[in-house]
Amino acid sequence: MLLLAVSMIASLSIGSAGLSFADVWGILIHQLPGMPDAADKWTAGEIAIVTQVRLSRVWLDVLVGACLALAGAGFQGVLRNPLADPYTLGVASGSSVGAAFIILTGMQLALGLWTIPIVAFSTGILTLLAVIWLSRSNGVMQIETIILSGVIIQSFLGAFVSLMVSMSQGVVNQILFWIMGSLAMRSWEHVYMMIPFIVVALPILLYFSPSLNLFTLGERHASHLGVKVERTKLIVMIVSTLLTAAAVSVSGVIGFVGLVVPHLIRLLVGPDYRLIIPLAGIGGGIFMLWADTLARTVLSPKELPLGVVTALIGAPFFAFLLHRRMKVEGGAKH
Amino acid sequence: MSLVAQQVDAVLQGVSVLNSISVSFERNRFYGIIGPNGVGKSTLLHILSGSDAPSAGGVTLDGVPLSHMPGKILARKLAVLQQGGLPPVGFTVREVVAMGRYPHQNWLGGEGEDPEAIIDEAIHTMELAELQSRKLHQLSGGERQRVALAKLMAQQPEILLLDEPTTYLDIGYQIELLDTVKAWQKQRSLLVVAVLHDLNLASLYCDKLIALHRGGIAAEGTPDEVLNPAVIERLYGAKTTLVKHPATGVPQLILQPGES
Repeated sequence: MLLLAVSMIASLSIGSAGLSFADVWGILIHQLPGMPDAADKWTAGEIAIVTQVRLSRVWLDVLVGACLALAGAGFQGVLRNPLADPYTLGVASGSSVGAAFIILTGMQLALGLWTIPIVAFSTGILTLLAVIWLSRSNGVMQIETIILSGVIIQSFLGAFVSLMVSMSQGVVNQILFWIMGSLAMRSWEHVYMMIPFIVVALPILLYFSPSLNLFTLGERHASHLGVKVERTKLIVMIVSTLLTAAAVSVSGVIGFVGLVVPHLIRLLVGPDYRLIIPLAGIGGGIFMLWADTLARTVLSPKELPLGVVTALIGAPFFAFLLHRRMKVEGGAKH
Repeated sequence: MSLVAQQVDAVLQGVSVLNSISVSFERNRFYGIIGPNGVGKSTLLHILSGSDAPSAGGVTLDGVPLSHMPGKILARKLAVLQQGGLPPVGFTVREVVAMGRYPHQNWLGGEGEDPEAIIDEAIHTMELAELQSRKLHQLSGGERQRVALAKLMAQQPEILLLDEPTTYLDIGYQIELLDTVKAWQKQRSLLVVAVLHDLNLASLYCDKLIALHRGGIAAEGTPDEVLNPAVIERLYGAKTTLVKHPATGVPQLILQPGES
């Protein structure tokens, strides 16, 4: 929590507009009720950069990161597969098809600013329904079948996205950029849209976290202890998918956060989902915040695709932790 | 306390495995289910545990169909030691034993009485005190089986179902495990049903045996009634010689090689 707050403060102060640390905080403090108007010390543009652009973006970073990491923890819990991530069930490719179609046909403004998020969210959810329908037999969903169905849907829809990319000429970059993920040019409305998802999903996932602990022993062990296995799987997967679809519809496909953050938390605190779930949310927020801060400052004023940054810093960091843990555990055995 | 299966059928992937099995189990008894490979012993145990539904027929616990009982209510009364034991997870021994309390917890994870004393007792009974902060993946197969049993003790069931509990254990661990279960069964008047491969072990520990053959019950009764060379040859196609155990007097079977 503390680390999250410190990261948010630091990230707020870093940016391409050339405002100093004191300027940023001066502007923020003047926004509090009862303080004198900030307009006489800073220009309207400077105030807008801090309160409209940066502050909302920092919050959006935290929320998108938290959503993806929570969803990843949820999927890893029910699927008991270390490679499971928020995109295992093909949600990202479903959303991408929707977004790519909108960009290709130039209908970005058909429903106002929200066209791409709404369409991407809907096609993402439709993909989940398709995967559940594919993998269900006699009311039972086998984990292997779920993962396979996800892979099949993902490659099928991925082909559609590639098809649309190749069909479009001038707008190729736009589709690819959406797929690579970015949180630039978002607003407070996007933040407000994300909040209900976290507020609803976090308590649900926490409620199921003791059951997810029993899942680590195997589905049969869990069912012998009274866990309603199929219901738990379905609810956790739906909640995780909603989180993923919400994040993807706002930010595009940002890889690695949902896969790596839950593993990082697991390496740090052990296998207990009652700790992993809340800490993955916080950790995802911190991770995304720093990744996005790098994305918008390294080649400033040009922005790097966020998905590229998360993978570039996430993979080596994860490899380092994994290697260190193997050394520690190997040493303890001898 | 009685567990009753009525005309249970089981069909696995289109093949009929169990055919109209009716059998009842009473409190304070140790039952053994025996029979050749693939005869459906584990399938019957899964159906008795309520985790798998039969294709036809049903199982009742004190007259209540298992399919009508909420999972946690059933898990307070009935515990299962699964075939293959516990997987090598990263939880500590104590954390895994504490998982046995799950059916007694409310939705907030709390319970009426203090679970720590119950968990302590299970850990001490299974002589796991020194291992309790070790992680499961650091233990041997035999030690993990002791943890599995301690977890069942923390669950405080009245019915215990064991699916081939001695497979992959050496004879020392086999005797140790069954001695512990037997002592626990006597102390708490438990109803125990165990699927066992080793007929001589079954004879040593079980009050009653149920022999499955070709989807039905081929023989049912005390070890003296069931374990005779004629029944065994019909079940397994193997020739055996019957002797009385010199210390306890229960029947023991000695294998006889085929004629070459």
